[in-house]
Amino acid sequence: MLCYRVIPCLDVANGRVVKGTRFVDLVDEGDPPELAERYALEGADELVFLDITAAPEGRGTLLDIVERTARRAFIPLTVGGGVRRVEEMRDVLRAGADKVSLNTAAVADPSLVTRCARRFGRQAVVVAIDAKQRPSNPAAPEAVTWQVYVKGGREATPLDAVEWAVRATALGAGELLVTSIDRDGTRSGYDTDLLAAISRRVEVPVVASGGAASPADFVSAVLDGHADAVLAASIFHRRIHSIAAVKSAMSAAGIPVRLDGEAAA
Amino acid sequence: MTRVAVVDYGAGNLVSIGQALQADVVLVDCGQSFDRFDGLVVPGVGAARPAMNRLRRRGLLDPVLEWLASERPYLGICLGLQLLFDGSDEDGATTFGALPGRTIRLVDAPRLPHIGWNQVEVRRTHELFDGIPDGSNFYFVHSYAGEPTADAAGSVLAETTHGRPFTSAVARGALTGVQFHPERSGRDGLRLLANFVGSLRSTAWPSAAVAAVGSAAGSSRVGASSAARAPSFGAA
Repeated sequence: MLCYRVIPCLDVANGRVVKGTRFVDLVDEGDPPELAERYALEGADELVFLDITAAPEGRGTLLDIVERTARRAFIPLTVGGGVRRVEEMRDVLRAGADKVSLNTAAVADPSLVTRCARRFGRQAVVVAIDAKQRPSNPAAPEAVTWQVYVKGGREATPLDAVEWAVRATALGAGELLVTSIDRDGTRSGYDTDLLAAISRRVEVPVVASGGAASPADFVSAVLDGHADAVLAASIFHRRIHSIAAVKSAMSAAGIPVRLDGEAAA
Repeated sequence: MTRVAVVDYGAGNLVSIGQALQADVVLVDCGQSFDRFDGLVVPGVGAARPAMNRLRRRGLLDPVLEWLASERPYLGICLGLQLLFDGSDEDGATTFGALPGRTIRLVDAPRLPHIGWNQVEVRRTHELFDGIPDGSNFYFVHSYAGEPTADAAGSVLAETTHGRPFTSAVARGALTGVQFHPERSGRDGLRLLANFVGSLRSTAWPSAAVAAVGSAAGSSRVGASSAARAPSFGAA
């Protein structure tokens, strides 16, 4: 049976892993390949690198980091941030990434998703969706909807998150990385309503992101949000909870996870 | 040291494979004979037709088919396994035809693509899985899998369940293939690759001849060499 995945996310700026709240107060958390190797040893099922500088001068640095990581951590690696063209995706894959995550560029030019999927296969194309709950309609308080934001959550779009998720998979996305802007950085748990709303409408795996505080939140993302994988950053970086602790909570809740990761790197 | 050729046709993560194979690894991205190698690894993700087209365009298809015909050691990874069969339902492509069967879409899968770690149930003893506990987790990322015909059912080495069970490893003679990604499957994946390399018998070559072909156009060394450079990927 397919295991549910636990994925540490590493925000990378100028060649270092950083953590801050939405691009401000960035704190240096270390060398990306070193942290990647540590997480692989600790049982991470996969890694996500998000290049939060995504500036042209940062690109070469990122490719170097991806390659150094691919040489040290023998688990899958997804890279996101600033990929706007098929050739840029090719360069990231050539450096050793297994998947590339598209966000702002996919909203701006949905055909990019299709072109990337045709060239590299849909399994290599992740569409990342940053979603924020719309104010509820007093006439129908049960009808919750979410709006898609781009540019690191700073710019609203007219897109409905669930409809965009459905369309992105039709365009060729092989996986969706769904981040709740409302929950991100708040440690109030994943938005399981958002996750469930998307998960029940698509066939591809859904990765939950934004809001993880406790191992119970990971359990809830799977059982209530029907997520196939669960991503978190700060609680792992700051060693608030270990990957093993999260997995053991998931396993205790009857969720199949890979528990033989101790020596996996 | 045994010499392994990794076929580079622009479809796959070659950095990890080159690094994971503990052998003298040469990435081969244009047509040449594989005679000087002890083993051939064909990686790859994606669909069969573009892969076949790229192999043909780079002059790699005939050398691969000759290698298979001579029954020399082959390890197919993901698409490199699927290509061994007669053809693919994914896009109707005709593939190597080295194993009777077809590449079909996973049946009754709860989610597609099948992405993540899943258990590999080994059906018979084989050196590829030496030292790897039965039921170990390996990393998968695919929607299709090669299915041998009933006549070739003996080639099934391992099965995995996603929806229904599918063939996750094959072996027939020197020909082997795995649907998962050993280069992304941690310790057990590295062990499987080491088992493949360990099964190869080093061909005795005069050292001058090795040096001469080692610098041949269209090849780049990775893995054992510390001066490794980024492998070519997707130039097409």
